[in-house]
Amino acid sequence: MRPTAPLRAQPAPTRDPAWQGRLFWTVALAVLLWPLAVATEFRPWVLLEPDNLKVTGQFLGSFWPLAHDAEFLAMVARETWRTVAMATAGVTLALGVAIPLTVLNTRVLSISALSGRMARGPFWVRQGIRWLLIVLRSIPELVWALVFVRVVGLGPTAGVLAIALTYGGMLGKVYGEILESGDAHPTETLLRNGGSRLQAFAYGLLPANAAELTSYTVYRWECAIRSSVVLGFVGAGGLGQQLDNSMKMFEGGEVATMLLVFMALVALADRVSAWLRKALG
Amino acid sequence: MSTPQPTAPKPQAANPPYRLPPRLFNARCAACWFTLGIVVLVVASFWSLDLQWAAFFSREALGSMGRFVGEFFPPDTSPEFLRKVAVGAWETLAMSALGTGLAAVAGLALALPASRLHEGDAARARSLTRLLLNALRSIPELVWAALLLISAGLGPFAGTLALALHTTGVLGRLFAEAIENAPPGPGTALRTHGVDNGRVFLYATLPQVLPQLMSYTLYRWENNIRAAAVLGVVGAGGLGQLLAFHMGLFQMNKTATVLGAMLLMVAVVDAGSHAARRWLTR
Repeated sequence: MRPTAPLRAQPAPTRDPAWQGRLFWTVALAVLLWPLAVATEFRPWVLLEPDNLKVTGQFLGSFWPLAHDAEFLAMVARETWRTVAMATAGVTLALGVAIPLTVLNTRVLSISALSGRMARGPFWVRQGIRWLLIVLRSIPELVWALVFVRVVGLGPTAGVLAIALTYGGMLGKVYGEILESGDAHPTETLLRNGGSRLQAFAYGLLPANAAELTSYTVYRWECAIRSSVVLGFVGAGGLGQQLDNSMKMFEGGEVATMLLVFMALVALADRVSAWLRKALG
Repeated sequence: MSTPQPTAPKPQAANPPYRLPPRLFNARCAACWFTLGIVVLVVASFWSLDLQWAAFFSREALGSMGRFVGEFFPPDTSPEFLRKVAVGAWETLAMSALGTGLAAVAGLALALPASRLHEGDAARARSLTRLLLNALRSIPELVWAALLLISAGLGPFAGTLALALHTTGVLGRLFAEAIENAPPGPGTALRTHGVDNGRVFLYATLPQVLPQLMSYTLYRWENNIRAAAVLGVVGAGGLGQLLAFHMGLFQMNKTATVLGAMLLMVAVVDAGSHAARRWLTR
């Protein structure tokens, strides 16, 4: 073994020792960002052009005073309730889509899979349901709403259907994951001892996972409230539609009131859902 | 009248006595109130919405639905339209990437005042900044886009800004939590040597939380690609604008192509992020 070289005190570096790497990554990032900025017509100075500044200033200036006459507030209250109702009805129907599909889809409830491989028929049924769920949830609810507005006309029906289909897909997927991630032993025992699949579901799987399933459903309800506002923009009624109308009329005061109401609604739903999920444990 | 026999033991039941099940409704039963509340909410929702099921499930509506779906086929696959769709898809992708990037920078800038950097930090701006972040976060991208159209005009720029604003709220909050939860050791070591706050953040806190910040940002980017695809419905560029445009003109073949492109993009992003996560957690 050679003796190690004596430690020599090195002078502290006067500049950043990693400057080469930093410079390289900064330049690389700029080169990468350039085409993106071109594609998105990213021209921030447009915001500062005198014409635009004037329009923006007028619009923002009309935010105050907030619109607060009784008739308008009553309308806002009605539309807020409609938004919540659309979300609730949509999630209820989504449960109607998701629960049967989940029961059909769950691997743990397969009798043929108890002994080795799942039989071919049930395997393809499950695969088909999985694809159906993927299609349902990968079309955004806004697109579903656009389609349904064409078919059933303007109004909350289109929004409720859109939420029902998209959220049905999401709930079905996550319910399946929750049910399959838990302990499969009780369910298997029930099935092996001659319980029917529904019995095994109701007495084996459901009690073990009920809290988690409910908590996820409550979380999705909160998301549905947010998205039902957005659905109003394509004509599905509720707060979003009124917001869109007021924006098009440049009624700043009404826009500001409704934005505040909307923020309060989202905060309230957030609070309620957090509280419920905590209570569920 | 027989005299009571106090010494006699209580007669035992042949079987252990059955206990009555708990009463179905008990005023202290939280679950009952919970269920009752939900049932009332659901019934009130359906009752107040005047949903037109009759119109939806009538033979007429089903027929028009069938025709509507039938018109989608065959999708328009002429080269010039496909090129247009490809440009729209690229625009969507660019909107989401640039919006997320801007949001990451702005989120980090806002996360600093929104977090308590060390124990004993007064963090005066903390609650105010958090309020701002919550406000940014609680307004959806689409509403931001509709608002920004007024000052930024139609086109992808408004969409990019809308994504950036909403995502700033989300990322700022997540970043602040990450910074507050970073292990305090290295920062304390530097601080006891008299290093100022900025350098403590750059050389002690940031390197520790950087991987977490990156993964939050990538996750939001994935979400934003999906959001960017529909932002155009209000006129903010990308695939959504093509969709709204052609659907408005009842050009169903072109609509079908745009929808297909949207689905394809979401599927590719899903598969990519799945693969990336598998690769990272290997």
